[in-house]
Formats: sequence, C-alpha cells, structure tokens
Amino acid sequence: MFRNQYDTDVTTWSPAGRLFQVEYAMEAVKQGSAAIGLRSKSHVVLACVNKSNSELSSHQKKIFKVDDHIGVAISGLTADGRVLSRYMRNECINYFYSYESQLPVGRLVVQLADKAQVCTQRSWKRPYGVGLLVGGLDESGAHLYYNCPSGNYFEYQAFAIGSRSQAAKTYLERKFETFMESSRENLIKDALFALRETLQGEKLTSSTCTIAVVGVGEAFHILDQETVQALINEFEIAGEEAPADEAAAPDQADDSESSATAADQVTPSDPDVAPMDM
Amino acid sequence: MNSFDSNPATNSLISSEADSQRTLYPYVTGTSVVGIKYKDGILLAADMGGSYGSTLRYKSVERLKPVGKHSLIGASGEISDFQEIMRYLDDLILSDNMWDDGNSLGPKEVHNYLTRVMYNRRNKFNPLWNSLVLGGVKNGQKYLGTVSMIGVHYEDNHVATGFGNHLARPLLRDEWRENLTFEEGVILLEKCMRVLLYRDRSAVNKLQIAKITEEGVTISPPYSLKTFWNFSAFENPTHGAEGSW
Repeated sequence: MFRNQYDTDVTTWSPAGRLFQVEYAMEAVKQGSAAIGLRSKSHVVLACVNKSNSELSSHQKKIFKVDDHIGVAISGLTADGRVLSRYMRNECINYFYSYESQLPVGRLVVQLADKAQVCTQRSWKRPYGVGLLVGGLDESGAHLYYNCPSGNYFEYQAFAIGSRSQAAKTYLERKFETFMESSRENLIKDALFALRETLQGEKLTSSTCTIAVVGVGEAFHILDQETVQALINEFEIAGEEAPADEAAAPDQADDSESSATAADQVTPSDPDVAPMDM
Repeated sequence: MNSFDSNPATNSLISSEADSQRTLYPYVTGTSVVGIKYKDGILLAADMGGSYGSTLRYKSVERLKPVGKHSLIGASGEISDFQEIMRYLDDLILSDNMWDDGNSLGPKEVHNYLTRVMYNRRNKFNPLWNSLVLGGVKNGQKYLGTVSMIGVHYEDNHVATGFGNHLARPLLRDEWRENLTFEEGVILLEKCMRVLLYRDRSAVNKLQIAKITEEGVTISPPYSLKTFWNFSAFENPTHGAEGSW
C-alpha cells in the first residue's frame, strides 16, 4: 500500500470507493503475532503465539476471558484489544444482571462490530487496530467469529490472524472438515499443529504459546503451562511433521482449492479489491 | 394494601415536585392469580374482575397474557400498571425479535427482567403496584416464578398472588404433584379458584385458565364455576352466635 491524498482521514473516500484508514487498520492486525481459533460442535479452542519485547520481559496477554462461556484472542494493537475486551466483559455482565442468563455470542459479536463501525464513520475517531477471534458457546452450540477493524464480522469453522497466519490457514484448510465432529483433545492438537506452522521452524514449547478452551460443561479457561507442555510432548510435535491426513495425501503442497469457510486473504498489494468488501 | 399509608407527613421526607406522578395507592385492581407446573408445562388461572375499591366494577379484564413465544404472565394489583408492564414487555420482545438470530428470551430471562424493573421502581418510591406470576417452557425446561411490587421474587412448582397465597397455596401444598395431566391440573386450579370465589370478596365468578407448553400458549375463553350455597350453616348463619342477629 502506498501513501496517497485520500488516506489522512477515515471519513474520506478514495475515488475507487475505499477507506484507506480502515485498510491500514487491518494492516495493523496482520503485523500482530498469530492467533488461531477452531471449533467443533461442542468446543472452541483459541491459541496464540507469545510475543515479548525481550527475554527479560513477560509476554503480552493476547487471550482474554470475557465470561464463562466466551473468550477472545486478539492480534494487532493489544491496547485496543484490552479496551474492547473490557467492553465485552461489561456487556456480558450487564446482560446477566438483567436476565440472569448468558449473553448469546452472536449478539455480543454484533455489538462489537457496530462499535467498530462507528469508528469508521466519525472524523474525530480512528478505527480499532485489532482483530478479534471470539469463541463462545450459546444455546445453538459452539461458535467462532472473527471481528475486523472495518466493523465486519464472520463466523468460521477455523481461522488464523496475524503474522504468518497464512501458514496456519493452509493447515486448517486441509483439515477443517473434520473439526465439527472432533473430540476436545484432537481439536487442541490441531490448534497446536496450526500454531506450529506459524513458527516457521522455531521450537514449539509451552512458553512460546498460549492455549485456551471453552466447551459444553467447561468454562472458558487458559490451559496452564504444564498441561500445554504435556500436550506438546504427548503429540510429539516439538520438531516433527504434522501427521498425514486420511483424506489428503501426505503432500504438504497446498490442497487449498477447497476454500474453507475462512475468507481468503486478498494480498494487500492488489489495488483493485478492497479487502473489507468480503 | 392499606398498610402502605398515604399520610402526607411521612411522604414529605421523600416528596418532590414530581410527586403527583408517583403511584401512591391503587385504584382499579385485580385479585389473585394462581399458577402450577404440570406435565407438559404451566397452567395459570385468574378471574376477570377489576375492582374499584369495594365495588366489583369491571368484569371482563384479561389478567393473563402471553409474552413472546415462551412465556405467560398473570397480574394482580393495579390494572393500569399491568398495562404499562405489558408495554415494557412488548418493547422487550420486539427488540429481542429484531436481532433475528435464532436466540430468544425465555421465561427465566423475562422473570429476571421484570424483577429488575419492579425493584428499581420500588427504590424510586414509585412502584408498579402489581404482583406478577411468570410461567413458561423453553427447550423442555418448565419455569414458574413470581415477582411482587417491592421486587421480592422466587420460583416454585406452584405460586399465587394476594389471597391466593393464603387460600390456594395450602391446597396446592397438599395436592400438587409432579407430572399432573392437563385435566388433573385444571381440576386442581378450579378447586383453588372456587375457594377464592367463596372467600375473597374481590373475586368474581368469571375466570380464564391459560396453558403454556413447548408448542405455545392457549388462553381459555371466559367461563364460570359452579357454586353451592345450600349448606345448612348458611340457612341460619348466626345460629349459636351469642349477641348476633
């Protein structure tokens, strides 16, 4: 993307019908470290790569519990992500106070999307620079949504955002058809494999990643380090290849003709298509 | 009801210019509502009387109403406040439907919402002068609860308002059981309503029974209970009462 005369203001359209500030905000999401989500009929797993400024500092918190039945993984400007998480927690608590019942994920996601949209239509505001993978349970089952700075939201079987997320998406596209019926353990295993793809050769250990689960009868919680390390060891994936699938041949070549429920990531250098028009 | 005194001396502690807008005492009131859980859902019964003080003035007041797809509400107390509550509930259900997302408010959510409304009004010293019964079925789960004008709320297998608490609940405590059939439930409710008709002076002999199941709501057309007045004690009611005539 290049600087041009239509990108100073979020309320300025370009002649091609694009809002560049919003697109730049989506770039910020792509720069953040990877976050992945997958869901089955009864569970949602969120996983993310831990990024820290230096070896001396702790890593940034990227997964937030919003309520017992909802959690969110963020990528992009973590400060924006924190603020939005606080908003989501507030909405859940307020709903529970009035109705003594859990806020349906689908409704929370719409409220979040409407909040993001406002920032694309006020000259004194800027879009939130964070993408959110919202995973949760409600009456109609387990759901995974992606909320975008543009104010759009989509429901997914599995998705990945942030830097090097394409590698994870490729893995997920191969396997997503099995997720709906997957067991909790296999879902977590697939999350770890997908996460490993984004590390591009770096070792996958419990200190470089965070995993969180929510499911029927299981409140949203982040798995502790020992559990994660045990899972990694159990699956023996620290340095090994992902197992060959039953369906696809063990060729790691992209079998991604079957574009998943996941929206394709249009390469940013394409000047003709605005990424948010999906 | 008269225990809530309208003595101006006590009112002045909390009075303001908007005093003329606060509910101080009820004018047109409905009497008891009785509700029970049965095999397929909930049954509610209420008569159709609207009393104006001691006058039985209005005799076709519908005190049982459906709320959304999954709930039924029955109200006793000030009828105009009940109409106001129905407006709130209609707005609530409308907003819920406008999401158009497959989720819907069940009886538990509506009951809790009403509790919040009633309690908040009570805190502002401007109550909605009602006792409400809220029943419904959602996803096979039966729910029956009640809220009073001061925000007291609870759920049970059988609930009642007003005189129903004193005359109907004892009968229900003895005779209610799990999984009553519809016919058994109606017989039980009619027994309660008959006792109320004999003993509650604000009761009128014209009632409706409402049923809610997973399939939906049915409110019966109005009908009357058979009564028997030929008890020998009624022939000479003051027989044996010293000093009476």
